[in-house]
Amino acid sequence: MRPRRAKRGAGVTKQIRQLDRVVIRFAGDSGDGMQLTGDRFTSETAQLGNDISTLPNFPAEIRAPAGTLPGVSSFQVHFADYDILTPGDAPNVLVAMNPAALKANLADLPRGADIIVNTDEFTRRNLAKVGYQANPLDDDSLAGYVVHPVALTSMTVGALAELEVSKKDAERAKNMFALGLLSWMYSRPYESTLRFLERKFAKRPELVAANKAAFKAGWNFGETTEDFAVRYEVKPARMPSGTYRNITGNAALSLGLVAAGVRSGLPVFLGAYPITPASDILHELSKHKRLGVLTMQAEDEIAAVGAALGASYGGALGITTTSGPGVALKSETISLAVALELPLLIVDVQRAGPSTGMPTKTEQADLNMALFGRHGEAPVAVIAPRSPADCFHAALEAARIALTYRTPVLLLSDNYVANGSEPWLLPDVESLPDLRVEFASAPNGEDGTTFLPYLRDPETLARPWAIPGTPGLEHRIGGLEKADKTGDISYDPANHDFMVRTRAARIETIPVPDIEVEDPDGDARVLVLGWGSTYGPIGAACRGLRQRGLSVAQAHLRHLAPMPANLGQVLAAYDRVVIPEMNLGQLAQVIRGRFLVDAISYNQVRGLPFTAVELETMLEEVLKNV
Amino acid sequence: MSEPVALKLTAKDFKSDQEVRWCPGCGDYAILAAVQQFMPELNIPRERIVFVSGIGCSSRFPYYMNTYGMHSIHGRAPAIATGLSATRPDLSVWVVTGDGDALSIGGNHLIHALRRNVNLKILLFNNRIYGLTKGQYSPTSEVGKITKSTPVGSADAPFNPLSLALGAEATFVGRTIDSDRKHLQSVLRAAAEHQGSAFVEIYQNCNIFNDGAFDQLKDPGIRDDHLIRLEHGQPITFGADGRFCVVHPPGGFGLEVRDTAATPAGDIVVHDATVTDPAYAFALSRLPGLDLRNTPIGVFRAVDRPSYDSVVQEQLAAARSGVTETPEQQLASLLNSGDTWTID
Repeated sequence: MRPRRAKRGAGVTKQIRQLDRVVIRFAGDSGDGMQLTGDRFTSETAQLGNDISTLPNFPAEIRAPAGTLPGVSSFQVHFADYDILTPGDAPNVLVAMNPAALKANLADLPRGADIIVNTDEFTRRNLAKVGYQANPLDDDSLAGYVVHPVALTSMTVGALAELEVSKKDAERAKNMFALGLLSWMYSRPYESTLRFLERKFAKRPELVAANKAAFKAGWNFGETTEDFAVRYEVKPARMPSGTYRNITGNAALSLGLVAAGVRSGLPVFLGAYPITPASDILHELSKHKRLGVLTMQAEDEIAAVGAALGASYGGALGITTTSGPGVALKSETISLAVALELPLLIVDVQRAGPSTGMPTKTEQADLNMALFGRHGEAPVAVIAPRSPADCFHAALEAARIALTYRTPVLLLSDNYVANGSEPWLLPDVESLPDLRVEFASAPNGEDGTTFLPYLRDPETLARPWAIPGTPGLEHRIGGLEKADKTGDISYDPANHDFMVRTRAARIETIPVPDIEVEDPDGDARVLVLGWGSTYGPIGAACRGLRQRGLSVAQAHLRHLAPMPANLGQVLAAYDRVVIPEMNLGQLAQVIRGRFLVDAISYNQVRGLPFTAVELETMLEEVLKNV
Repeated sequence: MSEPVALKLTAKDFKSDQEVRWCPGCGDYAILAAVQQFMPELNIPRERIVFVSGIGCSSRFPYYMNTYGMHSIHGRAPAIATGLSATRPDLSVWVVTGDGDALSIGGNHLIHALRRNVNLKILLFNNRIYGLTKGQYSPTSEVGKITKSTPVGSADAPFNPLSLALGAEATFVGRTIDSDRKHLQSVLRAAAEHQGSAFVEIYQNCNIFNDGAFDQLKDPGIRDDHLIRLEHGQPITFGADGRFCVVHPPGGFGLEVRDTAATPAGDIVVHDATVTDPAYAFALSRLPGLDLRNTPIGVFRAVDRPSYDSVVQEQLAAARSGVTETPEQQLASLLNSGDTWTID
């Protein structure tokens, strides 16, 4: 148990105040190590059992000019003693490592927020770089906030004076000073950070010592300085029992793909071309050769999906991972996979487009491409995860559909879930779906000797997966239209009509779970329908409304193709349906077209997730007008 | 990959039940017959042989082979075959492609398959024209070629497919001709024996849109003065009574053709396909002129380099060696790795 009051130094007595939730944003130059600082703070917080949600925000440039606005990198962490759904709309605390970080983030802060600034960086030159005429620390422009000026850099360098590190390395440790200070402020356990530093700098013991010393100096500074009179605690959240780890969407998705390999007993083959924000999946999967995962960095996006399809043809679970521009390039091969009726998993970690767009910012604008972006009638299954941890299960579900129904499946993640993180209740391996498949092994023709590669399973409409190496089943497949059953080339009009309709039916009849509606009051007249990563902000907005006595229902689509069988019925049960999307209304158009529902489409494409507040405000207006 | 037991397959075993639909007189018929007749020599069961093709006349090839086969999309056969070969090293994977498919739309995949040395046998049917789309110039058509899409002559300089493959550091490069079944099969044999990418250019006549493109190499009256038949370990001479020879002129970069009579025997280049430096085979690839004079056929280059599938499979095997846990146990520890915490 922690003491309720801590007494230290020159008789400074620190108050301890309980909070139910806190949002902290670490912001600095892209070279300041803010992502790492945020990661470590998150990890410490996870150890304490708080619920967590994080949001990194960084520039596409690896090192934009130092001290400039485009070079600002930030990491926001929201933690609470209850289950939370988003990384938080507005930070309670901003750590600003330089004037650019202050200027870029100030507008997001509510009045009264704490701002911890590194005063060493508030030089005339640095201020001028971002257009500050006067030092905001010296005038009253920050009067509405609680500003804590801390000479982070010089105190770090001072703390390391006795150690054998260069001045540059000492200065670089300032992020650990900041982490130490914040860890003290929020009573975080720090053992895991010290262990992390030992691992990270294992080859350079002097840096282990320097970073540990900087961390402790930051902690001790908090304890001794009078500037921080209050220390906070956030109690553990009540969460289902079990073992947890904090995980990003990309990491969870990677593990889901590895798990799909284990549960199917198939080798996993990933063909990928590096692209932000999907590359981390390639990096992660390349580490799991022990579990039979083969990764190939292809010469381009087209080769990446081609090689994956070739691997599927040979009996592997073929996967390709990319972002929107890559899906565009892969589209012809995905259509081939539709014609070949082979399993293929395409992961699109969406980013803001069109073209290169904003590669490190989020968007949901590839839905149309996923559903319709191919030549000919080329339907595929489409699935979208709703949160970082959900990426694990969504990947398994995508693999299940691909393998069972022998079809390409598009998994639509996005930058928000891919790089955000949350606690993940680790599943029991045995509880994961059984994905074993049966390859064709004998002729299936009535005569007992003929093999009919397009004779379908009446239940799944899947054709046999007859992999090369199987004696007696030698056959040819290709992109040309095939005759039903025999798979021979066919230009017969009736056959083409039949095959097009069959391919559509193959996807449309895949059984997917019914959509569930959350309507705790049971009398809601407005339904908010979302898909993918908007789950958190929509959920938080609905919660906010309900806490104020307003009824609203929430439903979230995981399966976008095919859609749940009960969706039409669910939509019809409400007076108004509102569809918030980080695009210009792509799902809304589908819902309107398919169900003739006059849905309200609410959109923003700022490259950032919705805030709960903006959705709450918008929904309140809708509720008023029902 | 030879089988201990003779399978006693015949050419007939490799003919599929599909009606062959190339234009009458197309050079593809001769290549198909030569391949079907050669296949039994491999002594590999049919189910372990896969033909992958792209788009174009030549790419219909897999439909006519009674093996596994995939007729894919334009230019992508090497990429698709790479995924298959990397995951299934037990298979004998053949890519059939054409000059447009391999060198235009699929150029990138071709050079990268060769660079990686994927264990593929790539047969490029070069007829120097787009046939399936009815007669546009191709990336191997001559400058000035008049076609449907170039009514006043093509402005494009052509690729030399072998020079390109050698530039990509292909480990096996050969050339043969559709009409010379014996020679074609000898090059296929050498390609099949090669571990890694084997690139074989086959001059193929399109009798509809580019008839007679290789007549100088086929006409019994003149072909011997045009064709250089490369034989490993033999001095390179050709023409009637070997009246021409190939030398490496002092001070020059490449190879040149001389009169044998005026050349000291010791100056004549002895063909060695195993020369590590691709510059030698490249110099051979540069000998032919626009009139196809001095066209070498045979195996230009056959060198050893670990194939892609063998390297990646070794990596997988090395990672797995000594692992005693079941995949499920490994997965459970993987999921539980990193900083975890428990809530009761």
